[in-house]
Amino acid sequence: MIHVSATPVLALRGVSKRFGAVQALTDVHLEIHAGEVVALVGDNGAGKSTLVKTISGVHPIDDGVIEWEGRPVRVNRPHDAQDLGVATVYQDLALCDNLDVVANLFLGNELRHGSVLDEIAMEKRAKELLDTLSIRIPSVRIPVAALSGGQRQVVAIARALVGDPKVVILDEPTAALGVEQTAQVLDLVERLRERGHAVILISHNMADVQAVADRVAVLRLGRNNGVFNVSDTSHEVIIAAITGATDNAVTRRKARITTDSTVTKGDAK
Amino acid sequence: MSDLAKNSGTDLKKDAATTGTTDAAATTGTTDAPEAVAATKAPVDTGAAPVPAVDPRLLVRQEGLKGYWTEFKRKIRGGELGSLPVIVGLIIIAVVFQAQNDKFLSASSLTNIAVFTSGLGIMAVGIVFVLLLGEIDLSVGSVAGMGAAVWAVLNVSNGWGDWTSVLVAILCGLVIGALHGFFFAKIGVPAFVVTLAGFLGWSGLQIWLMGNEGSINAPTGGVVENLTGYFFEDKAAAYGLAVVAILAYAGSLLLDTKRRKAAALPARPLSEILLRTGVVAVLVLAAAYVLNELEGSRGLPLALVLFLAVLVIADFVARRTTFGRQVFAVGGNAEAARRAGISVDRIRITVFAISGMLAAFGGLFIASLSGGATKNLGSGNTLMLVIAAAVIGGTSLFGGRGKVWSALLGMLVLQSIQQGLNLLGMASEIQFMITGAVLLAAVVIDSVSRRTQKTAGRA
Ligand SMILES: Nc1ncnc2c1ncn2[C@@H]1O[C@H](COP(=O)(O)OP(=O)(O)O)[C@@H](O)[C@H]1O
Ligand SMILES: [Mg+2]
Repeated sequence: MIHVSATPVLALRGVSKRFGAVQALTDVHLEIHAGEVVALVGDNGAGKSTLVKTISGVHPIDDGVIEWEGRPVRVNRPHDAQDLGVATVYQDLALCDNLDVVANLFLGNELRHGSVLDEIAMEKRAKELLDTLSIRIPSVRIPVAALSGGQRQVVAIARALVGDPKVVILDEPTAALGVEQTAQVLDLVERLRERGHAVILISHNMADVQAVADRVAVLRLGRNNGVFNVSDTSHEVIIAAITGATDNAVTRRKARITTDSTVTKGDAK
Repeated sequence: MSDLAKNSGTDLKKDAATTGTTDAAATTGTTDAPEAVAATKAPVDTGAAPVPAVDPRLLVRQEGLKGYWTEFKRKIRGGELGSLPVIVGLIIIAVVFQAQNDKFLSASSLTNIAVFTSGLGIMAVGIVFVLLLGEIDLSVGSVAGMGAAVWAVLNVSNGWGDWTSVLVAILCGLVIGALHGFFFAKIGVPAFVVTLAGFLGWSGLQIWLMGNEGSINAPTGGVVENLTGYFFEDKAAAYGLAVVAILAYAGSLLLDTKRRKAAALPARPLSEILLRTGVVAVLVLAAAYVLNELEGSRGLPLALVLFLAVLVIADFVARRTTFGRQVFAVGGNAEAARRAGISVDRIRITVFAISGMLAAFGGLFIASLSGGATKNLGSGNTLMLVIAAAVIGGTSLFGGRGKVWSALLGMLVLQSIQQGLNLLGMASEIQFMITGAVLLAAVVIDSVSRRTQKTAGRA
């Protein structure tokens, strides 16, 4: 087992977020330690992306506390999160289509002399970065608009690694990727853990989650619905927590049988 | 073009390796081919990379002139027209008007075009920045008028110093622009509406400032009169500036290539540098010759020097600085820019401030040309010309795509047409119709090339 430090690098305590009439997050707790991969799972609309955006400062929280290395911090804008050392790969990628790959990789984080861009250093670093991810991209100087969905996704992932983040958040990073690229991303997640980064991984693919995550946090309808150690929890239990059946497979089966019977009764009538 | 050019070294090898065909242009002929290979070998040899990240399906340019030609044809088909329609347009304009009236290419006519291009061109540079953001500034004409009125009232009516009043006028434009930016960025009023309000409001203030006087004449020999009235009559000025420009251009290309080679990145081949420098040299020297040598030439206009200075600085800011990068990012995808930690509001306010500042500066040029500030300076078709120039020059109305130099190209087109029509004695209503048609044509080209680029996967 990987050594995990005592103080979590990032902790959410009772976080709530509301969009108009939608209560997207209610009293959510989450802890991530350095050198740990936490998978965040839940049905569509469970609030996973919203949680990610509260951490990365896109949507400031309404209630609760975000703690960084044990200290409460305010994360009101993306810049705050970046300063702390949070790098995020958003589900919608958040790339600028008109800029080339290099410009996108370093956006907001440019290498420069004074305020003059150092294009050569950026291009060099971009190539190294993309090579370590074994990415096939026609050229680092073509606009991102000219890339395929998978290539764009890999660019977005590479972008999270440009600085030296302490926490890396990946919101469904493998959704548009093929088999080989998915394996690369999972390898990357493991490498990040080995280097002592904390990783939050959102995925719908249970096999991926079980392959790389240490713990799985389940969100359901914007609330916590259990945190499980991957090593001693079965697939079914996690699925049950996601779908909202009570916390083990047996009760879930029972629940299904009873609903089935009520349905058949209803039909009989 | 340069994106692909930078790759030209890599594909040389790849061509030979994957297709096996031996293209004459690819393997022979150019003297610099070995250098290009050497430059790109390095990353493969030294890099710890498991797989070199080059897609074998990539379309890349072959070495030599044939490569340029194939790439050029592909770009045209892909809708990447660049400056081509404008340059073709300028040539057509020159040929047509010269055929109608042989004074069109005379010294006084060309000098007129250069001087009239300068003031409005400076305003168009500001508009280019605003268009890059994907916004519009409808107030530039009124702000120009305000700037001129402020200068005239301070300098002439109140006896302030030349430089102080000019600076205060430009500063006024800056503050007005920042105010527009504030309402747009912080309050969230659409830029179109804010600047429309500005369009009315500032021209009202301009008229109020001018008070009872319909116009205030520019003092002879003053700074503002000299803006468009001063010419460097010494021939050394135009030629010297031309040579400096050529050397600076070639130098920056060579320096870039040297740095890229040192960093083991694909670099421009020497043939391309020579070709580019050659084209620039011909254009610049031709312009200097026209300004110096034609019958009745007055030399290099100060106005043109100032305009070129604004262009060079603005182009540097747009392409080489973090600020410029952020402007493009906000214009391309404002939410992505925000999430990248860019202060979108700050960028927006700054861009509108730049637009206001350059509008006021341009207003002083207009005042200089018309002999002083007037109540209706900057009204009429000023706004239309300025926006049209940026768009005709190739800056997209849809944000995130464009070049600062489009201000020069577009304004040259418009002023050449005006000058030509003036020489033919055409009435201003005809001029309006023709300018309108040119603008429409430019926007059509923009929209169509954008659509073609989309299907060609480039937008
Ligand atoms: N910007 C927004 N404005 C209003 N509602 C939102 C916004 N973002 C998310 N929501 C709502 O919050 C809920 C959670 O969404 P999300 O976090 O995207 O779910 P997921 O777990 O699938 O990523 C959904 O009901 C969604 O409609
Ligand atoms: Mg989501």
